[in-house]
Amino acid sequence: MSDETTLGVSNDKLGMWVFLGSDCLLFGGLISTYMLYKDRIGPDDLGAEEMFDIPFTSVSSFVLLMSSLTVVLAITALRRNDIRRSRIWLLSTAILGAIFVGGQVYEFTVFYREGLGYTTNLFGTAFFTLTGFHGVHVTVGIIFLMSMYIQSMRGKLTSVQEERLEIIGLYWHFVDVVWIVIFTIVYLFPQ
Amino acid sequence: MAIVENEETTLELESGEEKSAGKPLGALTRPQGGNGWKDWLFTVDHKKIGIMYGAAGLLFFVIGGVYALFVRLQLSRPGNSILSAETYNQVFTMHGVVMVFLAAIPLGAAFANYLIPLQIGARDVAFPRLNAFSFWVFLGGGLFLLSSMFIGGWWENAPDGGWFAYSPNTGVLFSPSKGIDFFAIGLQITGIASLVGAINLIVTVLNMRSPGMTLMKMPVLTWMLFITQLLLLFAMPVISVALFLLTFDRLFDANFFNVAEGADPLLWQHLFWIFGHPEVYVLILPSFGVISEIIPTFSRKPIFGYPFMVFSGIAIGFMGWGVWAHHMFASGVGPVAVAAFSVSTMFIAVPTGVKILNWLATMWGGRIRFTTPMLYATSVVAMFTIGGLSGVTHSLAAADTQQTDTYYIVAHFHYVIFGGIILGFFGGFYFWWPKIFGYFLSEKIGKSSFWVMVIGFNLTFGPMHILGLQGMSRRIQTYSEGQGFDLWNMVSTLGAFMIAIATAMFVANTIISRRAFKAGKTPAAGPDPWDARSLEWMTASPVPEHNFDEVIQVERQDEFWHRKWGRNEEGQVVRLATAEEVAHDGSNTNVHLPAPSYWPLVAAAGLPIVGYGLIYNLWLCVLGGLLILGGLYGWVFEPVDDPNADSHDHHDDQTEGTELVEGDEVLDQEVTSE
Repeated sequence: MSDETTLGVSNDKLGMWVFLGSDCLLFGGLISTYMLYKDRIGPDDLGAEEMFDIPFTSVSSFVLLMSSLTVVLAITALRRNDIRRSRIWLLSTAILGAIFVGGQVYEFTVFYREGLGYTTNLFGTAFFTLTGFHGVHVTVGIIFLMSMYIQSMRGKLTSVQEERLEIIGLYWHFVDVVWIVIFTIVYLFPQ
Repeated sequence: MAIVENEETTLELESGEEKSAGKPLGALTRPQGGNGWKDWLFTVDHKKIGIMYGAAGLLFFVIGGVYALFVRLQLSRPGNSILSAETYNQVFTMHGVVMVFLAAIPLGAAFANYLIPLQIGARDVAFPRLNAFSFWVFLGGGLFLLSSMFIGGWWENAPDGGWFAYSPNTGVLFSPSKGIDFFAIGLQITGIASLVGAINLIVTVLNMRSPGMTLMKMPVLTWMLFITQLLLLFAMPVISVALFLLTFDRLFDANFFNVAEGADPLLWQHLFWIFGHPEVYVLILPSFGVISEIIPTFSRKPIFGYPFMVFSGIAIGFMGWGVWAHHMFASGVGPVAVAAFSVSTMFIAVPTGVKILNWLATMWGGRIRFTTPMLYATSVVAMFTIGGLSGVTHSLAAADTQQTDTYYIVAHFHYVIFGGIILGFFGGFYFWWPKIFGYFLSEKIGKSSFWVMVIGFNLTFGPMHILGLQGMSRRIQTYSEGQGFDLWNMVSTLGAFMIAIATAMFVANTIISRRAFKAGKTPAAGPDPWDARSLEWMTASPVPEHNFDEVIQVERQDEFWHRKWGRNEEGQVVRLATAEEVAHDGSNTNVHLPAPSYWPLVAAAGLPIVGYGLIYNLWLCVLGGLLILGGLYGWVFEPVDDPNADSHDHHDDQTEGTELVEGDEVLDQEVTSE
């Protein structure tokens, strides 16, 4: 395909790049909102510093970052037409992503038990909204990956689909990069 | 030049298991090409989608116009009580929302969808099914918004916070009806349509150009539409965030905009206007592009200073992001911000001024033909300049503080939006109508309706400058006698009805001209009725489904013109060939086209259902969500091209059975045949 287009990159891949450009602004808006509201808590409420468990979130962040590595391994394996390895790495990427989302759900429940509900204060509302949007992005990525994996179970994963996996990989890396920004701004700055 | 969205899916389906691609879920056969209503419902053809955008945009323009007439009737005399204060709030809000989001944006999208692929010499857009999806999503979102008029009582649940819906007025406390929910969710849905459409058209412009069509050879219209799509791409997610936060506030008791809980009311204003000001350029740039095609054609001169036209458009695109707070001079953003945004607002007038001067220079010394499109185009130059100048008066923060929320503001933005955008679009309708439908619109009705419209427009909005400077507030249901507002309000109301008459004349013109053409009283338009310059005129009218018979090798800007005209040894312009000789006649039937599809419509239908579900009953969300999911999965597993199609039926009368050819091979043939 790629040699037919004006820029030499396929439409699908260019489309994903363009979409990611747009998605930056979505997170830009949400992060700005969080920055504005992060200190707006009631006199008796726990703030960001008391609430966050940095070691725990660091581990789950590391898990998510590792999934960027595994998705690359899945793509290169597919490029070599090594379907078996590609499937393994595909599944590990999805599992690592799921561990991250699971960690997020766990973290949310802990915060909730400590007294930070969605409507407790503006900090909580902004925090849950921002990280929730990111979690939804990861979940959508897992759905993409699992759809590819289910296809591979039906024997339909071939090196022809390398570009499709690469595009999913682009999305996946983007979600990881956004998490680095969120982790830094939300979790590390208050410390 | 690829028309194929996903090569993988095609090959995937060849691997055997899903042997009947015509029955994607075992129940539905894939739609085939035809000429009935089904063909429009399931089409993926950028031209049909463009026409549907135009028709829907015009319909919403008429509906928004009826709202405006009721506002004007209410204000025609002091102390009127045609509309109650509650209804008045809803009617002017709906007028603004419908005109901006459901009329102006889709009319721009109509030009973009129809003309971008033609002007760059492409077969279709980059993602044809995504294109259908964005139209249906837009239509669903628009109807969802309009349904707020009826649901739960006549004018009980329509949005009532003005089109920019300032917080905290939009909180449940101050706006207890469902109106703001309809506003937030409806605009969210139409926002998805704009975003998807923007991605599609950006990829199309970047990736689907004819060989030789470099960026700096693209027609100015394509350039302006391209910048528009970039603005939409980056502006839409910002309003999405704002609308999400508002929806969460109203549905899940979040407090993003609840000042009583310590929220900052300026957050909404910033988010809204960071979207809202680029949005203003989203609206105007397509119109700038349209008249940049009309003026050179009817002046028989190339556009003056093409690179300046392009780069001033790009400059507007960039600077449009740095002026948003001039909407907030009266909101207390602080002297530094006010000074900075005041200066940047003055600056943005510069590239716009460059454009005005270039249009004038294009006409200068040209052999001007004042056809209806040209009348509209020149009126844009004049009227937009008035609106632009009153805009510069707003950039002076001291003056603006006096003008904020008066009719002076209303006068300003209507001169820009109606005088700049709507007049330009009407010019575009008259200009491209023969290309799109193959027959001319009557010049006689066209010219008279033009004068009715321009005079009516000036009568409506001219007096508002005076009213505003006299201190009449906008958005107030009525005014009392003896304030000196009576005369000009009556004039303005009369003008509004003149605009309505002119619009009705346009609609009548389309019907009368079509009848006259069908009866054989008017000639067919032919490929190039205006002796025009860009590639869309280089194919038959109406444009055949496959656009061009062969790939066009572009060598110069205004390629089509240079194939028709050249210079002799004395340097005089001489005709090299007639348009009929140069243009393609649409006879090539061996072109592989993407097949129609159900799935974009199915997926799009789910969104408004989710919307109603969020407002009334969460179970509906499940139903809508399933529709979306089912639609998307059906879509992904359906090949772009229908392997079971008997023929590549872009011609209804096609008799020769064409072999099933993969798109790539056809393209190869075409390229080599050049």
